[in-house]
Amino acid sequence: MGLLRIKAMAQKEWIQIRRDRLSLAMAFLLPVMLLLIYAYAITFDVNEILMVVYDQDKGSMSRELSAEFTRSDYFTLVASLDSYEQIDRYLDSDRARVALVIPVDFSKRIRTAKPTSAEVIVDGSNSNTATIALQYIAAIGEQFNRRQGLSPASPTIEVKNRVWYNPELKSRNFVIPGLIALIMSVIASVLTSLTVAREWDRGTMEQLISTPVKPVELVIGKLIPYFLIGFADTVLCVLISTFLLKVPLRGSVGLLFAVSAIFLVGGLSFGLLLSTVTKNQVLASQLGMLTSFLPSFLFSGFIFNISNMPVPLQAFTYTVSARYFVSVLKGIFLKGIGMRFMALEVALLSLYGAVVFLLACRKLRKRID
Amino acid sequence: MMERIKYLAIKELIQTFRDRRRRILITISPLIQLFLFGYVAILDVNNVSTALLDLDKSQESRELARRFEGSGYFTITALPGSPEEMGHLLDRGAVLVAIQINRGFSRDIKKGVPAGLQVLVDGTDSNTALIAMGYVSTIVGIFSRDLPAPAGVTAEKAYFRTRVWYNPDLKSRNFFLPGVIALIIMLTCLMVTSMAIVREREVGTIEQLMVTPIRPLELVLAKMVPASVIGIAQMVLVTALGVLWFHVPIKGTFPFLFLCTGVYLLSVLGIGLFISTISKTQQQALMASFLFFQPAVLLSGFATPIENMPQVFQYITYASPLRYFLVIVRGVFLKGVGMEVLWPQVLALLVLGTAIFLLSAMRFKKRLA
Repeated sequence: MGLLRIKAMAQKEWIQIRRDRLSLAMAFLLPVMLLLIYAYAITFDVNEILMVVYDQDKGSMSRELSAEFTRSDYFTLVASLDSYEQIDRYLDSDRARVALVIPVDFSKRIRTAKPTSAEVIVDGSNSNTATIALQYIAAIGEQFNRRQGLSPASPTIEVKNRVWYNPELKSRNFVIPGLIALIMSVIASVLTSLTVAREWDRGTMEQLISTPVKPVELVIGKLIPYFLIGFADTVLCVLISTFLLKVPLRGSVGLLFAVSAIFLVGGLSFGLLLSTVTKNQVLASQLGMLTSFLPSFLFSGFIFNISNMPVPLQAFTYTVSARYFVSVLKGIFLKGIGMRFMALEVALLSLYGAVVFLLACRKLRKRID
Repeated sequence: MMERIKYLAIKELIQTFRDRRRRILITISPLIQLFLFGYVAILDVNNVSTALLDLDKSQESRELARRFEGSGYFTITALPGSPEEMGHLLDRGAVLVAIQINRGFSRDIKKGVPAGLQVLVDGTDSNTALIAMGYVSTIVGIFSRDLPAPAGVTAEKAYFRTRVWYNPDLKSRNFFLPGVIALIIMLTCLMVTSMAIVREREVGTIEQLMVTPIRPLELVLAKMVPASVIGIAQMVLVTALGVLWFHVPIKGTFPFLFLCTGVYLLSVLGIGLFISTISKTQQQALMASFLFFQPAVLLSGFATPIENMPQVFQYITYASPLRYFLVIVRGVFLKGVGMEVLWPQVLALLVLGTAIFLLSAMRFKKRLA
């Protein structure tokens, strides 16, 4: 391996990149755009639940109960209704998601210490929002009982919940570390997927073949400039996440960038491999988008729980390198854990990177077919 | 005029379906999307891996553990020996929830003193964490209600009777699959219309068409035929498979869905036409379609509710035909409502569609001249 030849190769590639201003701008704008759009658009937080109240009682207790809803920040009262038909209309047309119906004798029964209940109707179409709304409702019920000094006729069990790593349960903290992994895998494969195919398309591959540069040197030389761009993208994403989007970064920054570098080598080599095998710019870039985005979006545990998938698909997720990177990133950002707890993931990522890199070197034979 | 459009439309249909790769794309892509949203992209929380530390080892604590396991929401995968070990399991990501039943649990229950239960939740995945916490409190609540009441308690608690409408099992599949109709129609129609026109320009046959007596408007209308046929066919396919294979309920009427799909097509085809006027090559048309499609889906309410987005993003969603059509499909499938409730959405789609279509047709005509 000649360092000089690698350096020359990298320089040539760098000049080519610099000339293509549009692509270079895209390489920096795309990650920022994706990060911001996804960060703001994907939120699972539920904090604006529109509700209607049908208060048949109109007593002090029933007013207290609906006040309990509006006091919480989660519910917004849109209307007070006088019939079930009106509830139908509000829920059918999406003007409300939750309806509270308080029966006629509600206040009286509470005053006479009789068991009583109010009815809550929830629009379940969006199962996720509905599940969360149901929990807020249960918590409001508890709050109401406590405030009115109503104690239950059964033994109390105090559940002390402690949420680790993301105590306010902000979905942004959940989405963004995984999002960085998603963006990096797309960027990595898109960056390099064109590079070898372009040489074939333009006919400059023949020229390269006639030089003494070896395949390994060619691959390394081509990877270096893209690695630098990819790494700059990572730094950019991490900066935006921590300073603009305020995601806590609890673990070691050094470890974060080291693992990102390992992941980048795998992703870039994969793009290079695609480019070598297809020898066609259009095909390579499309395949690159498809094979990086879809698996990292769906099978990495970025949003969708792997344990919910059918078993064969769960097995498939082990072959998606983004899966390991997502769990490492979440670990470093939110859990602040170190190498000790993620050794396996890092080892597998390194293995993946090495295998793809070697494959790319092997496939890039200097031959005119 | 009708005669000319008819022959041109036949030519378009032949051209569209002759290409084997395109035939495959049109039939396979709805199937893949259905499959992914039916099996992979699931937000339900089931079988959460849970660690249990039972320090009490009494009949009551064992019963509570059984309740957790039997609920289907939690799977006890680890029995740590100490609180430290529990922490490590969470750090490593081996479990998402850790339940610690404190010493004296059964004694406190019998004495009527609040009994202690410590629950640690990994908040990294905020959504799962929130839902899992809700399940914990529900299970504990039912458990305590089933216990014999301690002596001397007379007051009664008020409680909620909750009813979930439209999607009573709260399955995320029922929420997502109807939305796939909107997604798949948009994706294929955008690509089919935009690429058909651009190809004609690329190959140079557009000049041949221009020397025939065909008028630009006729050409546009004929070009819309294949995509419309494909869009309707995909709607029927997704509906049939969703209902028969995935058992998504369809409570509304099919003719109404059919009608609305037609109105929706107007906007989608208009956007496709617009993309064809700004693209020079098929590659560009493909890229432009993707660039439009990504944010359009994110900002449509397909996956995350619009109410939770930042205000600016909420305003943008009003310009998206997807937004209205998603309300319609979900209304038809889950709520069983028709024109009487959904007329604002249908009207909005109609106005938006007509505007987009006319604008694009005018642009197209100008570019042709």
